[in-house]
Amino acid sequence: MSTADMTTSVISSDRPRFELHPDDRAAIEHDITHYADSRAASIDALKVVQKRHGWVPDGAIYAIGEVLKIPASDVEGVATFYNLIFRQPVGRHVITICDSIGCFLTGYEETLAAIKQRLGIELGETTPDNRFTLLPICCLGACDKGPVLMIDDDTHGNVGIADVDKLLEQYA
Amino acid sequence: MSATNSSAAPLSAETHPLTYRLGTEPLLDIKAYEALDGYAAVRKALKEMAPADVTQLVKDSNLRGRGGAGFPAGVKWSLVPMGPDAPKEKYLVCNADEMEPGTFKDRLLMEQLPHQLIEAMIVVGYALQASHGYIFLRGEYVVAYKRLNDALAQARTAGYLGDNILGTGWNYDVNVHSGAGRYICGEETALINSLEGRRANPRAKPPFPQIAGLWGKPTVVNNVETLSNIPHIILRGADWFKGLSQGKSPDSGTKLYGISGCAKRTGVWELPIGTTGRELLYEYGGGMADGYELKCWLPGGASTDFLLPEHLDLAMDYDTIMKNGSRMGTGLITVIDDKQNIISVVRNLEQFFARESCGWCTPCRDGLPWTVKLLQAIERGEGAEGDIEILEQLTRQLGPGKTFCAHAPGAMEPLQSALKFFRGEFERGIAKELATQTVTG
Ligand SMILES: Cc1cc2nc3c(=O)[nH]c(=O)nc-3n(C[C@H](O)[C@H](O)[C@H](O)COP(=O)(O)O)c2cc1C
Ligand code: SF4
Ligand code: FES
Repeated sequence: MSTADMTTSVISSDRPRFELHPDDRAAIEHDITHYADSRAASIDALKVVQKRHGWVPDGAIYAIGEVLKIPASDVEGVATFYNLIFRQPVGRHVITICDSIGCFLTGYEETLAAIKQRLGIELGETTPDNRFTLLPICCLGACDKGPVLMIDDDTHGNVGIADVDKLLEQYA
Repeated sequence: MSATNSSAAPLSAETHPLTYRLGTEPLLDIKAYEALDGYAAVRKALKEMAPADVTQLVKDSNLRGRGGAGFPAGVKWSLVPMGPDAPKEKYLVCNADEMEPGTFKDRLLMEQLPHQLIEAMIVVGYALQASHGYIFLRGEYVVAYKRLNDALAQARTAGYLGDNILGTGWNYDVNVHSGAGRYICGEETALINSLEGRRANPRAKPPFPQIAGLWGKPTVVNNVETLSNIPHIILRGADWFKGLSQGKSPDSGTKLYGISGCAKRTGVWELPIGTTGRELLYEYGGGMADGYELKCWLPGGASTDFLLPEHLDLAMDYDTIMKNGSRMGTGLITVIDDKQNIISVVRNLEQFFARESCGWCTPCRDGLPWTVKLLQAIERGEGAEGDIEILEQLTRQLGPGKTFCAHAPGAMEPLQSALKFFRGEFERGIAKELATQTVTG
């Protein structure tokens, strides 16, 4: 499983029920004003929905298409292209661990093995208690502090095997 | 993030323009920034200079793009249509997608001095008579996102953004666009597609973005570091900027150089452009970590050819590194030690490129996963006779001009140089039995 798999989904023929939260609709409409064309707010809109739900449910694809006045299939095309948009449910916290060269040289593989063992999951999976999803990511732009990972919005550097337990404890 | 230039002496504006105001606690707000010459370049450019003068000054300074390709910034801008017949909508886009493995300089500039980039975006926007600016920021940079937005709000309140800026009649605003991942978004035409809300596949060139870019309008895309130099060039002039290289290189300015990998100290330092790899690694990085020897290094990110220890005395500038078989790229070096198996290192690099291929053209979409498979087999000692030759063919089939964008050629740079310098290690990965069978059978 890779990040890409988490973003893969097919639009079903029956439109699933989904109500865009009024605040989210307002946020998306505000984002549209930043651009010459409403389509440009696609990623902003997907992020707004993901922030509330943790992921982007099928019905949201149609709802976003309506607000942006573009086909749902276009929204889906964008949603499935980018790593940071999740088209499947994820855990309460998402761990993204850098597997690029700087972190490879500083031993991310050991850190990753320790995390997998501690959580009992592989990359691309979510723990049964729904607490963590574990995903790979490319260079996080902090290569001087490898191994680097993010948990939700927090970037953590120099994460060795010995640091894993304490770090994970901070995320309930 | 790490502070830059850990030396004890305070840095000065004259020698370390990009970083002398970095690393303050708390972060400089607009008042504190203004007290340190902040926004003086906006006032000078908008009040004393015509847009064409700004472009000419930057041309004269010979500032070259810090995103990796080294294209002269002023020349790029001069291709944008100007004057009364030019389109009313024109865009300036800052490439803040920093995702080249081994690169961590733009993050520092944006997290520690967001006003410097915003000031630059205003000055360059003025030079182009742009109608709007965007900072295309990678989604993971959440701290930079917040700080840039806070700084933008302050700049609007101060009247540096908005309608009729400083009474010039010019209207302009800047927004931050937070991306959603994928390395290819850093390629400037893919970036434009992404900004328009499309899948980030690159576009065919020509037309170049300067003529038809974002929403079909003239668009300039520049890197964060490139732009951050501009206010200083406005205030201190082209000759001062040229002198910053201190005779180490015909190129101008300082450069954010950095080190990751197996050095004693890792980090980012602002140094004269043309500083050698040896100075960087030994004076700033403190040399190799104890017990390790230097095997090879990437001069500027995953998509640059490996260099050897014997290349450490080369000036790290665009032309010198190019002449010696690699590219300066982003100028942040990755240090690889003698305990590393080069096959594993290259396999890691190619896995990155294979995963990040946008899938638009076949050589890249299919060739990169194949490259990874071959490398994995060789890494396990299970390579087949002929695998090395196939890898060599791939470096040509995925090379410049064979694919739709520079992603695949970039991916081939570390592979081709590893084959050149460390062929023996590849040969050792070819399974002995298989090899004999093929020969005898
Ligand atoms: C695959 C690929 C990824 C790139 N990623 C980046 C990037 O993250 N940041 C960047 O500034 N330039 C990146 N570039 C280079 C840009 O296409 C473009 O040349 C650059 O933003 C121009 O700015 P500059 O002239 O100021 O350097 C990338 C190029 C390619 C082919
Ligand atoms: S070379 Fe690779 S990244 Fe570039 S267009 Fe082709 S498939 Fe996409
Ligand atoms: S390689 Fe891991 S943060 Fe850059």
